[in-house]
Amino acid sequence: MASVLEIKDLQVCYRSGKGVLCPALAGVSFGLMSGEIMGVLGESGSGKSTLAVSLVQLLPSNGEISRGAVHFEGKDLLCAKPDELQQIRGRRISLIFQEPSLALHPTMRAGEQVRQVLAAHSSPGKSALHQRTQQVFAEVFPEDADRISHSYPHQLSGGQRQRVLIAQAIACGPSVVIADEPTASLDPATQMEILAVFRTLRERLGLAMIFITHNPALLSGFADRVLVLYGGQVVECGPAEAVLRSPRHPYTKALFESIPAVSQERGNGRKIKLPVILGDSSRLSWPRVGCPFEPRCRERMNICTEREPALVNLSDSHAASCFKYES
Amino acid sequence: MRLLVSSMKVDGSADGQDMQPLLKVENLVKRYAKRSLVGAREELLALHGVSFTISPGSTLAVVGESGSGKSTLASCLACLESPTAGNIWFEGKDIVTLGERARQQILPQIQLIFQDPASSLNPRWSVLEILIEPLILRRKFNREEMSQRASSLLERVGLSPDIVERPPTELSGGQRQRLAIARALALEPKLLILDEPLSALDCSVQAQIANLLMELQSSLAMTYLFITHDLAMAAHLADEIAVMNRGRIVEQGPAEQILKQPRNETTRQLLAAVPRMVRALPALEQ
Repeated sequence: MASVLEIKDLQVCYRSGKGVLCPALAGVSFGLMSGEIMGVLGESGSGKSTLAVSLVQLLPSNGEISRGAVHFEGKDLLCAKPDELQQIRGRRISLIFQEPSLALHPTMRAGEQVRQVLAAHSSPGKSALHQRTQQVFAEVFPEDADRISHSYPHQLSGGQRQRVLIAQAIACGPSVVIADEPTASLDPATQMEILAVFRTLRERLGLAMIFITHNPALLSGFADRVLVLYGGQVVECGPAEAVLRSPRHPYTKALFESIPAVSQERGNGRKIKLPVILGDSSRLSWPRVGCPFEPRCRERMNICTEREPALVNLSDSHAASCFKYES
Repeated sequence: MRLLVSSMKVDGSADGQDMQPLLKVENLVKRYAKRSLVGAREELLALHGVSFTISPGSTLAVVGESGSGKSTLASCLACLESPTAGNIWFEGKDIVTLGERARQQILPQIQLIFQDPASSLNPRWSVLEILIEPLILRRKFNREEMSQRASSLLERVGLSPDIVERPPTELSGGQRQRLAIARALALEPKLLILDEPLSALDCSVQAQIANLLMELQSSLAMTYLFITHDLAMAAHLADEIAVMNRGRIVEQGPAEQILKQPRNETTRQLLAAVPRMVRALPALEQ
């Protein structure tokens, strides 16, 4: 299968107040197949949100892409001119953000907000525009599409607002949707509902998705492949089943162990402590030599501080960057 | 289904009993009046006769979807809102009907911790100022004692005392939540109300804070009311779970029983919605 989006050695830095460059992504490469859901897993400071915005060049003014390429439909997006990008962003590749209450205009009806996205990218007649808006609404709201398109954001629940954002994202028929923590502010039942919406859309419209999250549990049964980011680098990548069931990188393993399971037994009523990863990921020191996870790793070796580990293929589709697997 | 502890005496004379509950809530009702633009009055019943008890040193988790009344319950218990009807007995005293002065004596013993430490800590204050504010308000300590207490509080929650001069904005999410816990501990409370204390944190940090809460509970004999929509974490931390739906407690019982034999439809729905890691379901492998 051909990949729709090909990211090669992407490196992004942020300039701090004092003019020092801090890398946020240090050489990330992967390909997104058409119709595939790629789950990107990472904690704060892993560079997952930077990845989302740098693909379509929406970095804040102190961010810069220092190296790499993003190939989409035969073009390198990083070299594209601003008006070319404008044509792609929102139309061929669209973005969904975490907080639906911030992403929607509070005094504009939901239908109008979707109509404006359509109008910005094409100029059909008024009635055609109206018709297309209705179609899009019917797609994400099987029931009640009409009432919701006439509602204001404050009249909608969190899940409904998130669906309006999805409607905006799919309005122009994109081939890639990038969703950055789209369910983080919702309760579990609504989270599952939104995941189901994404899955139906993928089946029906053949969308490819980059689904960014910090919660590995959301990806099981949802994503096709999982990419684990740590400290701006890909530490593990492989089919979702393989990564979630038998993680190989020490970070992925430790992360999964720290999540309590519903069925967890409690030894005669006594509470058991959760295994934790010491320290936290949001404060990584730069410049660094060696593996980004080394300071928190339980399985560290001498070599880990000497140089950076490379991605090692464990099978034809599963790879992890750890010296344990280098021979 | 109603779970009432009505067999217990309600006149506050329960002192003679061996296991007096630390907190006993009876028939708590909170009604919000809403007025729409055309002037029609609408009423929202956020709490619809909620009753439960928590015994000292234990944890009760309150779970439910958004809008089920969990956070209203927390605000009523911390006296941030006054309930429309019902009683809240704390160590045998009803804090709803108690006079203002007597209530001020009790309130420091009930502390609240919020979901988002970024918005509950003053970004312009230093860690030290944040920690000693509750002590200043008590007017019992001198400067020396206060900074001593601040550093022992920091140590207790696993933070280095070197950070006292820094503003909370320079701390990570997990460190900030530790600081919020330290501040809540400053007045040596007996009951901590934790309103979604983990859901704004990364998974690996959630586990750290969950462990810290367990440690504090065993070393300080702390009692927790843990409000969450994460049933897995509720099961991990709590002795008992109460499930809320539309302002009522629809099911309550020991954590294990709620998970293994959920009897109410709401509980079953909540359980079904918990995203599961594949490892939790080895049975599906065959």
